[in-house]
Amino acid sequence: MLDTARQRDVSSGAPASGRTPSGAKISAVTVGLKMLNFGPLLILAVLVAVFALLTPNFLKPGNLSNILAQTAVIAIVAMGQQLVILTRGIDLSVGANLALATVVGGLVFRATDGSGFMVILAMLLAGTVVGLINGLVFVFGRLPHPFIITLATLSICRGLALQFSINNTTMRGMPDVVLVLGQTSAFGVPNSFYVVLGMALIVLVMTKYMVWGRWTYAVGGNPKAAVEMGVSVKWVLVSTYAFAGLCAGIGAVVLSGRTGASSPLYGTLLELDTIAAVIIGGASFLGGRGHIGHALIGALMIGVIRNALNLLNVGVFYQMIAIGVIIVVAVEADVLRSYLEGRARNQAARAQ
Amino acid sequence: MSAAAIPALSVRDAHKRFGAVHALKGVSLDAFRGQVLALLGDNGAGKSTLVRCISGVHALDEGELLLDGEAVSLSTPAQARRAGIETVYQDLALFDNLTPAQNFYCGREISFPKWLPRPLRFLNAPAMDREAASVIDRLKVRLPKFDAPVALMSGGQRQAIAVARATVFARNVVILDEPTAALGLRESRKVLDLVHQLRDEGNAVILITHNMEHVIELADRAVVLRQGQKVGELKPDRANQQELVSMIVGAEG
Repeated sequence: MLDTARQRDVSSGAPASGRTPSGAKISAVTVGLKMLNFGPLLILAVLVAVFALLTPNFLKPGNLSNILAQTAVIAIVAMGQQLVILTRGIDLSVGANLALATVVGGLVFRATDGSGFMVILAMLLAGTVVGLINGLVFVFGRLPHPFIITLATLSICRGLALQFSINNTTMRGMPDVVLVLGQTSAFGVPNSFYVVLGMALIVLVMTKYMVWGRWTYAVGGNPKAAVEMGVSVKWVLVSTYAFAGLCAGIGAVVLSGRTGASSPLYGTLLELDTIAAVIIGGASFLGGRGHIGHALIGALMIGVIRNALNLLNVGVFYQMIAIGVIIVVAVEADVLRSYLEGRARNQAARAQ
Repeated sequence: MSAAAIPALSVRDAHKRFGAVHALKGVSLDAFRGQVLALLGDNGAGKSTLVRCISGVHALDEGELLLDGEAVSLSTPAQARRAGIETVYQDLALFDNLTPAQNFYCGREISFPKWLPRPLRFLNAPAMDREAASVIDRLKVRLPKFDAPVALMSGGQRQAIAVARATVFARNVVILDEPTAALGLRESRKVLDLVHQLRDEGNAVILITHNMEHVIELADRAVVLRQGQKVGELKPDRANQQELVSMIVGAEG
């Protein structure tokens, strides 16, 4: 038995003797991994360049400002989705949650004679409560995966929003504060963009500089080990879903600000847009990998594609096809990354 | 080395049942500082159950655990670790997406301000990097890149990181569950060197392994379990290697 071990050792030692080619391969793999990390940003840059060439209107300040305003809601909700996906989960309820939050806001607007503070508070609270319910049922209901519970709350929220909105449809009117957030600009940039910026800053601090963020990465990386290392996995998950709900609530404020209305029909398929944004931005669907930049780049990519194809008079169906193709590319890039990491690992073993 | 004094860890008459299965039937053992205790036995002998009881994953049904002569109750992994008991699990319990330093401190990050609940505190990353680097250095573990995620490292490097993590926090007892099972010869050697160092730093080391060579080389004493009972305890050497194997498989007659 010892002999076979020794033989194995000798044979595994052989490739290491060819030192220069193995060293060159290490750098190739490392370069490949680096490229993949910057891939989404690269694709975004290429898209912008191509669209700028194809249609001169694309790069006009008015249009760029338009893109930012159109992207804001997806970006805000995608940041919550990104954290959920980071912990190996998924939140299908965000779109319906957003719709319910706008309806709750619209009802509070009527009940409080237009108090901006109360309307915003109601929307944020509604979103957070739905997220909290997702997290609590997922964790303490011992569900194997959050897919089903968030599918259930998707249906429940959409139903509640339709049932309790006046005449079961769009309700006009929002307080001035909300309108200012959604419709006006400052320094040539829409106010909703500043909301995105503020949120991104907060999420960046939470994930990069706070223990909570480190724990979300730990839970996404290896949930079993997280338990063994004393991380309170259950509360990390509950708080993550609650935060995703809060993001849907903030998205509700921005969207009802932009439209000056609340509607049970808002946010249809927003869950898929946000998941797509996170994935094409470069985060891993398997959890543990990804940061807030991925959600933002992905959201911007979706916004750019839709906007440019609109300018080019390309039909909405082709937009769907284009985004689908990019999702496939992004997922394959993730697979390629895992493969390259395996190669890097083998080379590390041989280099010893 | 006043090993003759009080054992760092004593297990007294431990019983553990899982439904109808009586996994531990009155096991007692002592682990002393500055010594390596080999815990031997065939699959299903109760080794892992015993380790899980010591590291706070399971609670004993009967019997007691003593740390430095004082009875303690360890009902969660966090409690066991606070008592200075570190476990290197067979699957390593590493986070592939985190760096070595982040792995070291996961679940017990150095953070501030102290008056906030732990999840809301801010990470003191420089302090953790510094500490982890000094431990890696002290243990002579060679890592290609200190700021790369663990996913990019070889089996031996990963094992070394898991063992090194235990050494950062171990103050009393270190349990290693098959630390060389998945490793080649050279990588095993590195891990065994780390076990030496853990022992020399005054920890009581409990080593689970199927490799008799390692047992004879490293262990000061060996305890053999079979079907949930202790069937023997001796000082392993070349002369009694055969006796040890017979005890493990239950063929001593």
